[in-house]
Amino acid sequence: MMEKPGQPTLLYIDRHLVHEVTSPQAFEGLRLAGRKVRCPDLTFATIDHNVPTTDRWVLIQDPIAAKQVMSLRENCKKFGITLYDLDSARQGIVHVIGPELGITLPGLTIVCGDSHTSTHGAFGSLAFGIGTSEVEHVLATQCLPQSKPKTMAVRLNGQRAWGVTPKDLILGVIGRIGVSGGTGYIIEYCGTAVKDLSMEGRMTVCNMSIECGARAGMIAPDEKTFHYLEDRPLAPKGRDFERAVTYWKTLPSDADARFDREVTFDISAFAPQVTWGTNPGQVVEATRCVPDPKDFSDETHRHAAERALEYMALKPGLPIQEIRVDRVFIGSCTNARLEDLRAAASVIRGKRIASSVKSMVVPGSQRVKAQAEAEGLDKIFKAAGFEWRESGCSMCLGMNSDILQPGERCASTSNRNFEGRQGRGGRTHLVSPVMAAAAAITGHFVDVREWFAQGQIAAEVF
Amino acid sequence: MTPFKTVTGLVALLDRVNVDTDQIIPKQFLKRVERSGFGQFLFDDWRKCSDGSPNPDFMLNRSRYRGAQVLLTRENFGCGSSREHAVWALQDYGFTVILSSSFADIFKTNSSKNGLLTVELAKAVIDEWFQRAMNQEGYRITVDLKTQTLTGSDNFSCSFEIDPYHRRCLLEGLDEIGLTLEYESAIAAYERTHGEPWQAVVSHTAG
Repeated sequence: MMEKPGQPTLLYIDRHLVHEVTSPQAFEGLRLAGRKVRCPDLTFATIDHNVPTTDRWVLIQDPIAAKQVMSLRENCKKFGITLYDLDSARQGIVHVIGPELGITLPGLTIVCGDSHTSTHGAFGSLAFGIGTSEVEHVLATQCLPQSKPKTMAVRLNGQRAWGVTPKDLILGVIGRIGVSGGTGYIIEYCGTAVKDLSMEGRMTVCNMSIECGARAGMIAPDEKTFHYLEDRPLAPKGRDFERAVTYWKTLPSDADARFDREVTFDISAFAPQVTWGTNPGQVVEATRCVPDPKDFSDETHRHAAERALEYMALKPGLPIQEIRVDRVFIGSCTNARLEDLRAAASVIRGKRIASSVKSMVVPGSQRVKAQAEAEGLDKIFKAAGFEWRESGCSMCLGMNSDILQPGERCASTSNRNFEGRQGRGGRTHLVSPVMAAAAAITGHFVDVREWFAQGQIAAEVF
Repeated sequence: MTPFKTVTGLVALLDRVNVDTDQIIPKQFLKRVERSGFGQFLFDDWRKCSDGSPNPDFMLNRSRYRGAQVLLTRENFGCGSSREHAVWALQDYGFTVILSSSFADIFKTNSSKNGLLTVELAKAVIDEWFQRAMNQEGYRITVDLKTQTLTGSDNFSCSFEIDPYHRRCLLEGLDEIGLTLEYESAIAAYERTHGEPWQAVVSHTAG
């Protein structure tokens, strides 16, 4: 919107998404300064982080969480902001509902007090996570001062094998460039393998940009993007939509665009990924073994690997497929959309989960839940022994009662395997929905590609 | 925001890479609606044993680091979640400056909005400070933002770089929202001239 020498660029923010955890102090700041919300019509709120995923109709038991939810309700009412509350058919994880409602559109600037806001970049929007002070800044001014980041192209070419999912692509990338490889950059994902991804797959990839340090990740909009957005409740309609598409077609980078950094990977050789450590970059193919810290040349990273293996209670050289799990979590803003649930259901259809494993599915939104139920996916999960829950962030960060017990090991479709992330002392292995589903059945990790090869899973899933 | 003043503070060491905000302030403490009172939960899972007693192995529990104001740590500090509670917890505990070879982007921004100074130094320089602070109990560093210098209690010294705009915000304790609001007429003009029909939201109702 404005550039002044010696100051960060002032960006105009087209969409501001708000949730209960990172907003109360921002609204309080407005009140203390006597300021208003400048554009309530560009601001959308939902409740996702700390809500129970069991019964929607009982009051939240945790009094502090209940107060946070009440604060958001009061703030939305006072400042005139649309809230998709727990009783709304539109409620869900903020990064799932933005795209599915058509709040997210190409070419827009989108912010939210949550680091996985990078998800929305799948539509060719500039979308990034912000802190509470910045939330307050956007509420008050609809603008945000930002220094220009560097640009990185992550080019993915080649053909994905069956069982190698968008989650495996992004975990593979993070494993290769490292957890701070994208710090200071905005990533554009490009290449034939990115073009081939569905919109939901693109969201999974962009979602985890922050796990390599990049605040934003984006993908050029194309016909798939436009098709996805057509008829979404809040997307433009009729002639406005046609005009919008004409404009959106001008957004992709030039073919000869230069980036500050470029990396290229042939993903034909990628296999299903499983994290072994306590950050998403500590990841390995399902066909391999837990690495030996001795093989790390850098001393600091060697110590970090030793510490991670100690926390994870894993020995170097243990084959990944011999790691047994106690819990399986299919959910989160990374992997709880309809295609994720369909893929997981295809793996478990007609099977039962191992008796030693507790498993749950937490759909990303109430719309996803309703669509999945319309297709009968809930019945497949329940018949296999999974719990079928209401939508929310749930065990991705364990702010509600969905947490691991100390020492429990979980195959999780979420985005962070940090120490204690899913519950103090809990051990998280990040995997794709099909890998998580297969681990639920066998009680340990497998190479899900073999199940495809043996004809146990219908190929059309991917 | 309170203007940043030159500080001479006891240095605490956190010799770990990739310290994420889930460690700085675990999620069970994010439910509060206030900005204050987070210091008691800083590094909670590391500071406390599972029975709630202090973990004697964790550095902040050592008596030599009691009252530390400067945190010396390793690369990619503050990665992960955007929770500003991490900054509030560090400040509430007593830290005013963090020294590292790199910081995660959102954490760095959150710090600058709250007057917590993040100083980025080359890895070799960080190693040097680690050596000196480790070898001498009670080691202090004077952090002068005006001259952009760090001076240890043994007179070891180095300069540091910082974005001039952030430096000014910190030194003057600027209200950035107030600054942006001064451009109200320009923002309104932008909204009048740049709004495509789809940029404004199509009529919506809570469903």
